[in-house]
Amino acid sequence: MSDPTPVEKGLAAEVQGMSESELAQHLEEVAEAVAPDREIQVDVGDTLLELDDVTLRFGGLVALDSVSFGIRRGEILGMIGPNGAGKTTCFNVMTGVYRPSSGEVRLEGRRLGRLKRYQITRRGIARTFQNIRLFEEMTALENVVVGTDARHKTSVVGALARLPRHWQEERAGVERAMALLEFVGIADRAADRAKNLPYGYQRRLEIARALATEPKLLCLDEPAAGFNPAEKDELMELIRRIRDDGYTVLLIEHDMRVVMGVTDRIVVLEFGKKIAEGTPAQVRDDPAVIAAYLGVPDDGAA
Amino acid sequence: MSAEVTTRTQASEGTRQPFGQRVRDWWNSRSRLEQWLMIIPVVVLVYLLPVMNFFPLSTEPWTDYELALFNAARLGLIALGLNVVLGQAGLLDLGYVGFFAVGAYVAAIMTSRDSFLTDPRYSWVVVVPVAIAITMVSGVVIGTPTLRLRGDYLAIVTLGFGEMVRLLADNLEPLRGNRGFQDVGGPPGTYANGSPIFTQGDGKPWYWLTVTFIIVILLLIGNLERSRVGRAWVAIREDEDVAEIMGVPTFRFKVWAFVIGAGIGGLSGVLYAGQVGFVNNQRFDVVTSILFVAAVVLGGSGNKLGVLLGALVISYLPDRFQLAPEYRFLIFGIALIVLMIFRPQGLLGARQRLLARGRQAYQRLVGKPEPVATESALIDSGKGTNA
Ligand SMILES: Nc1ncnc2c1ncn2[C@@H]1O[C@H](COP(=O)(O)OP(=O)(O)OP(=O)(O)O)[C@@H](O)[C@H]1O
Ligand SMILES: [Mg+2]
Repeated sequence: MSDPTPVEKGLAAEVQGMSESELAQHLEEVAEAVAPDREIQVDVGDTLLELDDVTLRFGGLVALDSVSFGIRRGEILGMIGPNGAGKTTCFNVMTGVYRPSSGEVRLEGRRLGRLKRYQITRRGIARTFQNIRLFEEMTALENVVVGTDARHKTSVVGALARLPRHWQEERAGVERAMALLEFVGIADRAADRAKNLPYGYQRRLEIARALATEPKLLCLDEPAAGFNPAEKDELMELIRRIRDDGYTVLLIEHDMRVVMGVTDRIVVLEFGKKIAEGTPAQVRDDPAVIAAYLGVPDDGAA
Repeated sequence: MSAEVTTRTQASEGTRQPFGQRVRDWWNSRSRLEQWLMIIPVVVLVYLLPVMNFFPLSTEPWTDYELALFNAARLGLIALGLNVVLGQAGLLDLGYVGFFAVGAYVAAIMTSRDSFLTDPRYSWVVVVPVAIAITMVSGVVIGTPTLRLRGDYLAIVTLGFGEMVRLLADNLEPLRGNRGFQDVGGPPGTYANGSPIFTQGDGKPWYWLTVTFIIVILLLIGNLERSRVGRAWVAIREDEDVAEIMGVPTFRFKVWAFVIGAGIGGLSGVLYAGQVGFVNNQRFDVVTSILFVAAVVLGGSGNKLGVLLGALVISYLPDRFQLAPEYRFLIFGIALIVLMIFRPQGLLGARQRLLARGRQAYQRLVGKPEPVATESALIDSGKGTNA
């Protein structure tokens, strides 16, 4: 926070013209509003989410084959692998879209078991989608407020009668949503319908919407797809800031520069199997990984 | 890729806004006070319609003008209820007439001398909440198993429900089939000379009553729209899976949409039964259900004022221009096809405000009190035009 980068400076139009100290304070306020209830995570390093021997079959196809790995609190874990390796499927198992054929997923030591998808979200897993899936007819702001609603309790009676809790949640939701739009740098188009936003804005809106559910674990499915190098730099910066705010991040990404540049550890999948796990340096030099990527040395390592 | 998308968006911003959008922008830039000052005379005018029985409004001598207005208002009420289900939550309910029938039959059973109840002379003031409650319960009963289905399946099952209600009315002895119920009661109240206010021949009080219900329900539904509930519905309509993954308990909110729609359908059934004074199994067929859907789709699914307009078009215009009943459906059909080709979003496109405090929020973020809701967006969205 004390040392804002040029990327951060460029994030919101209103930031321009601020002095360094003003900017630092502004960003702190934004972060405060983005995650007001978030307790500081002191126990960095304990396992937040664990996949234990997860297998998933689609008919004859084994999409995940005895996959086990853990995600530690406060880290950025990368997940790589060739097309069709099972990365997105892994997200789907973690978020309850598919149930594992065998094995189990645990969040903070508790099985996800037969929880419904929205219950898993409330437990603290949020995700974005490889092929952008926004609520297209809603404005950017409304999209994010839907995310904040995951934590809200107003139901039909409360909304009909406009009970105090409705107003309070409505105010808190919109405040947080606006702060999140600033945080990801798209507040200037808050009032546009999602489908009218430029591509890069849509990708970042997905991240804001996922963050709005106040996740413990944020899963990003190829968030840099279709980005140019400058946009990728901004995105890496954003992912780091998300982690610095106390979120744990799981990142699927094909671009090796992004993966190597931003992750703490990497899990490698191939044909549904985990073939490697370790720091970027370890994974980069792993012969099995090099072989998986068509047997040629990974150019991202250069 | 992103560059290409950006250019297209900028290009579309440069073009001239369509008329509807400019009207909307103008309206949105008024203050709340100004808006209310303009709404009030419109409401007064709506209430005065029955006494403006002259050219070009009058439907006479072919159709009783006041009853034509009542029927349009009643269809408007139905369209509002169906719009919650179809327009907001995106659930294609082809059996909505079933709820309308349940409301009408509850009113008949509670007030007609033909009823199997020993003393069926309940006050209308009791009948209304009871009928609404019973239709809402039937909404839960029908919704709970069917709302696990999606899209076409849901449409088929609800179609079956509508038919089921009609067949029950045909075959269950206490529901009296074709013989029906005579003397279904209406609201209480007499004029100074002692004659009742609500009679079958006089459409005016019925029209005023229905318009009042419409206004109350518009306000209540507006409250729902600009809350977590309305957002959940639109999220479900847009992408049910994503809604669920973003923390929306989709099934519960779908059942709520169904139940609220059912309650409004039941209310209009009570109004219908009271005005006609007679209920039998003849008016609750599939075609009537389709007519309800047509009013919603024609006016603009998801737009409260739009569906009221749709109801007006479907109910009042044929009366005004003395269309023979056998041609009505033909013309609706053609009108719908033409509309779907040139304006798939209906006469007024869907646009709901989903935030109770959106005005202030947008004002702060982009310096305008309302979202940039372009209707041209439907054309510029890239679907189909993306070269
Ligand atoms: N619903 C499904 N039914 C059948 N097969 C599926 C289903 N979903 C995924 N698969 C298959 O599972 C395998 C893994 O797919 P997945 O989408 O997880 O790959 P991925 O690693 O995300 O690839 P990419 O990098 O292309 O996104 C693929 O062979 C895919 O065809
Ligand atoms: Mg994938």
